[in-house]
Amino acid sequence: MANKTKKTIINTCSSLYTPKVLETFKNPHNYGKIKNPSGVGKVGNIVCGDVMWLYIKIAENKKGEEVIKDIKFETFGCVAAISTSSIITDLVKGKTISDALKVTKDNVIESLGGLPKVKYHCSVLAVDALVEAVYDYYLNQGRDFPKGLLERHKIIKKDKETIEKRYENWKE
Amino acid sequence: MKRIYLDYAATTPVDKRVAKEMEPYFAVEFGNTMSLHSFGQTAKIALENSRQVLADMINADLNEIIFTGSATESNNLALKGVALANKNKGNHIIISSIEHPCIMESAKWLEKQGFKVTRLPVDKYGMVNPEDVKKAITDKTILVSVIHASNEIGTIQPIAEIGKICREAKVYFHTDASQSFGKEKIDVEKMNIDLLTASSHKIYGPKGAGLLYAKKGIILEPVLHGGGQENGLRGSTVNVPAIVGFAKAGEICQKEMAKESKRLSKLRNKLIKEVLKIKSSHLNGHPKNRLANNVNFSFDFVEGESLLMQLDMDGIACSTGSACSSFKLEPSHVLLATGLRPEQAHGSLRVSLGRFTTEKEINQLIKVLPKIVQKIRAISPYGK
Repeated sequence: MANKTKKTIINTCSSLYTPKVLETFKNPHNYGKIKNPSGVGKVGNIVCGDVMWLYIKIAENKKGEEVIKDIKFETFGCVAAISTSSIITDLVKGKTISDALKVTKDNVIESLGGLPKVKYHCSVLAVDALVEAVYDYYLNQGRDFPKGLLERHKIIKKDKETIEKRYENWKE
Repeated sequence: MKRIYLDYAATTPVDKRVAKEMEPYFAVEFGNTMSLHSFGQTAKIALENSRQVLADMINADLNEIIFTGSATESNNLALKGVALANKNKGNHIIISSIEHPCIMESAKWLEKQGFKVTRLPVDKYGMVNPEDVKKAITDKTILVSVIHASNEIGTIQPIAEIGKICREAKVYFHTDASQSFGKEKIDVEKMNIDLLTASSHKIYGPKGAGLLYAKKGIILEPVLHGGGQENGLRGSTVNVPAIVGFAKAGEICQKEMAKESKRLSKLRNKLIKEVLKIKSSHLNGHPKNRLANNVNFSFDFVEGESLLMQLDMDGIACSTGSACSSFKLEPSHVLLATGLRPEQAHGSLRVSLGRFTTEKEINQLIKVLPKIVQKIRAISPYGK
């Protein structure tokens, strides 16, 4: 039995985060602004410690489908927030809008080799930022929203209000 | 990469001299202090000698020192022990709003048992105003507890003054000296202290030992009921090696205190001066009345956990009051009590120096910190 026991390798920086999270945090991809973006998604709240801004540039591919041609982020937050921001840009860059909207928080977590449970909300934040950026794009275009987008936007907006109310308590 | 440890307020390495002193008590003089045979009596003598050394450090009597397993336990015993044993006198307890969680949580538990708790405010430097203590005391007050030096921001409280007010009002006064014991001069007589908590692992002693000084005549209800150890106030087989180490650690600190305090203050002041050159950086805690080994900064538009981890990747270990690094995801209650907004508390960095900190290490931090802050701000949507 003894030789079957797996040796646990604890990362020298923090056993809390996977090596992939730490590597992504150390060298994040696609951070910064996009000039004249097609849409911007702003989620999170500085009071609670995580703010994510996602910029997207939409263009048509050869098949005439709308794709995310470029994507950049600006994030104020912890290791997990910066890592999930970077990963979401990698996951959706070049994808069609409809495929990009299929990315879930679990995809984000898997791509990072896992996240501590207490940091799962950072993966939600990354997906929400993308949804908000696409919503913003459609809003700017004055076009009808794809199926389900308006509903997702409304949930994000409502959650944000709930969180903001909760963090008011810290100021007391 | 050589790692640099600047988190001495969290814990300290055991001094080699301390480890050497402890060594015989693991396998040779391993007796139980309650045993009457020679093994037990040798351990008992070591225990009482240790008690004397630590009592002398704070000008207390040998019989006024109760050994515990940690400062947390001492603080629990002080609050719960005094409250439960003195409820016939009153049901009101006063604490500051910047206590360590073990005081905050003990007070909260006592509230559930029907006690009333007043939490005193602090000013922007984290100082308690003794006048506020005076005003808060009622005829129902049985205990005041104010931390001697803040574990987060290093601010040192006017303990003697607060003690005097409590003495005059005939209210017990407890102070958590976990961060100051062995670093600052403490005289329980001169400072009017009735109860005091100290810890071993903050002063280069081992983990697993703490003490509570309780002035003669104070009645306490034990938290751990058992076989009569520590005058019946703390049941448990006594951890002799840890206590022997605690005493040796205390002795070394006492001997080296003046010199070490001067050395660390100089390094601390240099660090403060250089780091405050970073744009939008602030010093938390009192500019003068602070521990020689504590520095606490806030950097606007920087999140503390990111800062901590970037520093760790460069081999430097510090601490933060950011919500993201706490399991409750709430920012430091100490920083909020000093009036910082949550977003400022998120950007805090505690650097705590110690016996093995060199000027070279401080210079290394001064060199890398501005670059790291700049890198994090470059990723952030704010502060450009």
